[in-house]
Amino acid sequence: MDWYPLANSLRVAFISCVIVFFTGIAAAWYTSKLPGLVKGVVDVILTLPLVLPPTVVGYFLLRLFGPRRIIGQWALEGFGIRLTMVWYSAVFASSVVSFPLMYRTARGAFETFDRTLEYSAKTLGLSDTYIFWRIVMPCCRQGILAGTVLSFARALGEYGATSMIAGYTPGKTATISTAVYQLWRTGDDVHALKWVLVNLAISFTVLTFVNLLERKETR
Amino acid sequence: MTLHAEIHRDFGKFRLDVELDAGNETLALLGASGSGKSLTLGFIAGIMKPDRGRIIIDGLEVFSSEKNINLPPQKRRTGLMFQNYALFPNMTVTENLMAGQKLKNSAEVADMLTRFGLEGVKDSYPAKISGGQKQRTALARMLLSCPRIMMLDEPFSALDSHLRFQTERELLNVFNDFGGTVLLVSHNRDEAFRLCRRIAVIHDGHVEIVGTKDEVFSDPKTRNAAILTGCKNISRANFTSEGKIFASDWGIELQCQSHRNDTRYAGVRMHSITAGQNGANTFECKVMQVIENPFSFTVMLIPKNSRENVIPIGWEMDKNLWHKVKGENVTVSIPPENILLLRE
Repeated sequence: MDWYPLANSLRVAFISCVIVFFTGIAAAWYTSKLPGLVKGVVDVILTLPLVLPPTVVGYFLLRLFGPRRIIGQWALEGFGIRLTMVWYSAVFASSVVSFPLMYRTARGAFETFDRTLEYSAKTLGLSDTYIFWRIVMPCCRQGILAGTVLSFARALGEYGATSMIAGYTPGKTATISTAVYQLWRTGDDVHALKWVLVNLAISFTVLTFVNLLERKETR
Repeated sequence: MTLHAEIHRDFGKFRLDVELDAGNETLALLGASGSGKSLTLGFIAGIMKPDRGRIIIDGLEVFSSEKNINLPPQKRRTGLMFQNYALFPNMTVTENLMAGQKLKNSAEVADMLTRFGLEGVKDSYPAKISGGQKQRTALARMLLSCPRIMMLDEPFSALDSHLRFQTERELLNVFNDFGGTVLLVSHNRDEAFRLCRRIAVIHDGHVEIVGTKDEVFSDPKTRNAAILTGCKNISRANFTSEGKIFASDWGIELQCQSHRNDTRYAGVRMHSITAGQNGANTFECKVMQVIENPFSFTVMLIPKNSRENVIPIGWEMDKNLWHKVKGENVTVSIPPENILLLRE
């Protein structure tokens, strides 16, 4: 059995997760400080990928990253890098789709964070960087952790946008989810079932891990 | 050390227009909740930005809308102790003290732990220590950051009442050692009186009166200041002739010592009423209600010759005195010098 889809899926999910961790947290931190109306608008835009069908996200990504589109052309002509139909194309898709999960969970955590801790730290002369990494993040770790795991899981299971921007090339862009669809479509039910079981095992592990962490936290 | 603050900010539903001056002293900001007293501290510390005004701490302009100066809180060096003490929950007591300190001078931290009796809990997390210990940790942390002024927002509100008296005395020692400007926000007149030299009464976003505590308590000047300093008997009133006012809510005429044209209310503190006939303002009253307190009685009185549906006047006295004078009717006097003449 060819294990490439597993390795590729994990690689894509891991990279997206790292990207989304930083961008999602930054977006959550700054929007949680915005005034009412602006916050509402920004929030809608940042949450949109969560409610849009993944194919719509894929459509937008192709419009931007396609070889003859603005970003795609710039990358191809300037650096000779193709942005579509390669393994890391799936990273763009997974990142966009899993971003709202990180952003929303982190924002929820930041909004319940007691701002007087931040204010008091400021009057004590602590820098904003110190306050964020040493006080805000540890206090919000549960929400942050939950967001990270959720976005990892979402990135791992991403199918719609990925299949549009990265396609399915065995050994090149195949991920677990695209493999399951292709194998089933071509009638290779045995292999499709194997990948389904692999996927189940991963999801089961991730969720058990989250539950264990949560139990440790409450104790 | 000095503080000069002019703060103006329009919040839409609420306007804050505060002007304050303080020297090397403890100044209380006395006000009801929502009056803007805590906000004032936030503006001085730099957590919020005024629309206009200026704030000068020790000769250093930390905010000026005219000169476009707005130092971040980190550079203002104002110690601000929050109502909930704002200890970092993810750090131990020692780590909390170290966090405020750039030099990480452990000898100084150890001294502070000793001074505030925190050695026993130095490795505990804030969630595991008592309210009093939390307050002392917050104080120690603030002092280690070498603030140029200290500001405390309702320092006792999170403590059980039996702890307050002792922590109040501890706090007084801290203020004396500090020796600089201290702003204390409180809604409790007793706290403000015991801890401070001067009191600024804040109401609805502006400073109504400022004065030494004796001035403010003996002549609160405004209705709100009278309420905040604990005056419970207040009636609408206006002068009918020189030195005489008619208190319409009580239905009686009272002789006063002075005359002020802007008087809209008259106030009488519950304990400043005397028993029996003592010169002017003597009234035969009907006893409406007797309330027993642990060490005193509060008796609600209605003057006999007044019209119907008036508000009763509260009279608080020693238990012994009440046992001597009690009855269905009593004769009391309100000494003219004890009548507070108040404006809106």
